[in-house]
Amino acid sequence: MFENMIVLSNEIHAFIKSKYDEGFNYLLDITAIDYSDYVTQQEEDFALVYILRHESFKNHIVIKTYLHELEIETISDIFKGANWLEREVYDQYGISFKNHPNLRRVLNHKEFVGHPLRKSYPITKGQILHETDDLIDEMNHRLLSKDLVCKTENGLFTECSKDLMFLNLGPSHPASHGTIRTYVALDGETVEAAVSEIGYLHRGFEKSCENHTYNQIIPYTDRLNYCSAISNNIAFVKTVEEMLGVTLSERAQAIRVMLLELSRIEDHVVCLAAVLVDMGGLTNYWYMYNPREDIYDLLSKLTGARLTNSYMRVGGMANDLYEGFEEDLKAVIKKIQHGVEQTLALIKHNRIFHDRTQNVGVISAEDALNYAMTGPNLRATGVAFDMRKDSPYYGYENYEFDVVVGSVGDVYDRVMVRFAEIDESIKIITQVMENLPEGDVNVKDASVTLPDKEAVYGTIEGAMNQFKLIYEGVKVPVGEHYSAVEATNGELGFFIVSDGSGTPYKVKVKAPSFTAMSAYPEIIEGSQLADAILTLGSLNIIAGEMDR
Amino acid sequence: MELSNPSLPNDIAITTKLDEAIGWARESSLWPMIFGTACCAIEFMSVAASKYDISRFGAEVVRFSPRQADLLIVSGTVTYKQGPILKQIYDQMSEPKWVISMGACACSGGFYDNYTTMQGIDQIIPVDLYVGGCPPRPEALLDALLTLQKDLRTNKYNPNRHENFKGLLDNV
Repeated sequence: MFENMIVLSNEIHAFIKSKYDEGFNYLLDITAIDYSDYVTQQEEDFALVYILRHESFKNHIVIKTYLHELEIETISDIFKGANWLEREVYDQYGISFKNHPNLRRVLNHKEFVGHPLRKSYPITKGQILHETDDLIDEMNHRLLSKDLVCKTENGLFTECSKDLMFLNLGPSHPASHGTIRTYVALDGETVEAAVSEIGYLHRGFEKSCENHTYNQIIPYTDRLNYCSAISNNIAFVKTVEEMLGVTLSERAQAIRVMLLELSRIEDHVVCLAAVLVDMGGLTNYWYMYNPREDIYDLLSKLTGARLTNSYMRVGGMANDLYEGFEEDLKAVIKKIQHGVEQTLALIKHNRIFHDRTQNVGVISAEDALNYAMTGPNLRATGVAFDMRKDSPYYGYENYEFDVVVGSVGDVYDRVMVRFAEIDESIKIITQVMENLPEGDVNVKDASVTLPDKEAVYGTIEGAMNQFKLIYEGVKVPVGEHYSAVEATNGELGFFIVSDGSGTPYKVKVKAPSFTAMSAYPEIIEGSQLADAILTLGSLNIIAGEMDR
Repeated sequence: MELSNPSLPNDIAITTKLDEAIGWARESSLWPMIFGTACCAIEFMSVAASKYDISRFGAEVVRFSPRQADLLIVSGTVTYKQGPILKQIYDQMSEPKWVISMGACACSGGFYDNYTTMQGIDQIIPVDLYVGGCPPRPEALLDALLTLQKDLRTNKYNPNRHENFKGLLDNV
């Protein structure tokens, strides 16, 4: 269920506030559209899009406003999560936000000139960065908000009102889980102030989408959350299929559910393995990583690749399950259960584990919602939001499983929610495999899916059909659409604008890690440095999806 | 010279060239520094885990401190924003040092031919071995490691081989 509405740009703040009071208190995404090359003339060249979800989590609204001037009121006073989202719009499109507390680039580097997602920016025009940002301004801003006064001299802090030590965590650091940089001000071991810098893995996914056909984009989606590639594939093709108005066969839906859950397990085991290593429990890493290797074996037998599977296609998937898949899957699930059992035996009643994780890195339910955190991180705070229950797709309503919630929102809850979700996912996979419907996995529609190889080589229609679909892509009707699935890290959404051709006009990813990361500095302020490391691991920030 | 020959008696003296003795010692005592940024870093985790087990080849002392490492494995996409960081880490490693570029992105930018992705790390630092694949299988990285070890044993690497290298971030 969703609604689209158009609002005047000078009324946007008041309008969103009124919607917030009506219960639309969860900000999914903010993005802009550059209409200057669009197929039909629009009111203005730029438009902003706000996507809000209702507190019941059942429906969302898409609010659009055309911009006459490239400036608009910020909504970061209503939603904390809007802070970084607005910075991204500023960075990528050059639209500024009045009264924004810290309007600066977030994904691109500080020496970057121009705004890459504008249609006028050439896609291959790279710009070299010579010197990394010292983050002095941002840190100073943060320190002042904590009543800490420092002088700055040649990129260093001097004469602070408290004896502070400044330290960079990352971007190349074993505990930074990829390429995340957090600059902290320490008093002893306590983090007094923190600022995070992201964008080190900004690979231009959204710009690359604009010059590839829909099916060519699937390999790019693999590399968003590379720990669970297939769920990204599914989130993307689901959005495209909804725009096309295609209904999948029951078998394809069931296989997608099964693979979504398998990806969830695949991602959770690596997150848990890593967070336990950060804690010093290296043994668990072997226990958890070995079943992941077994999942790799299964997936490479099915899709041909270990990590980046690219298994989905618009209208179905690359191929059906192979003969004997079910037995292989059962064996893999046994190994996963064994790995989880062994790990839990080591940590479940382990005093060190409890002391290190309980009441550490706490975020309240209210803050988590305001920051638009999602998935296991949100559920750990006690909010039972799960797309699979709240707006089911692919027949999730027919499977029996529980939504796992925590109560405190600390590292312990986040870790334990993930352990329990592995069990729930296994339940779903078992149910799917028990009643796997027969039939085709691909939609029989010549304008969407490729013809059989026999037809391609044997008939002129088949050859033409294949040629047109490969060269021109699947033609998606003109329109704008947002759709999401419950991926491993939470609601993973795609907002696609189509101009009717085989290439999307614009793609925006609503990435769960992005919003989680924007909450991170606030979570770790006041806690110990070692706990900050654990907190980052337990949030499962995947840089590929966060930076895109 | 075959120093590892177990049939040699204990009190024997061996005459060899110093370079060869050093090459033999280096072969199995590489300390890798992982510059892991993206998907390839996840595959590196597999290389280090039990199934592929990099420690079989004497290179499991993975350190994130460049000053203690002599083998830089760049696994994953390097963006322009990441460039100065990579350069700094490479510069902090003491000689002699070797660089493996793991995966299509590190080798050439991969399929990210766009405004933000560096089109190969060899634009800023010299690379000794390239491993293709997106991501490469763990066996591919192990093969690169074995190739490097073989080359170290035979002293293939001239210490001055990168003398004339000039990257985008040099002299700025």
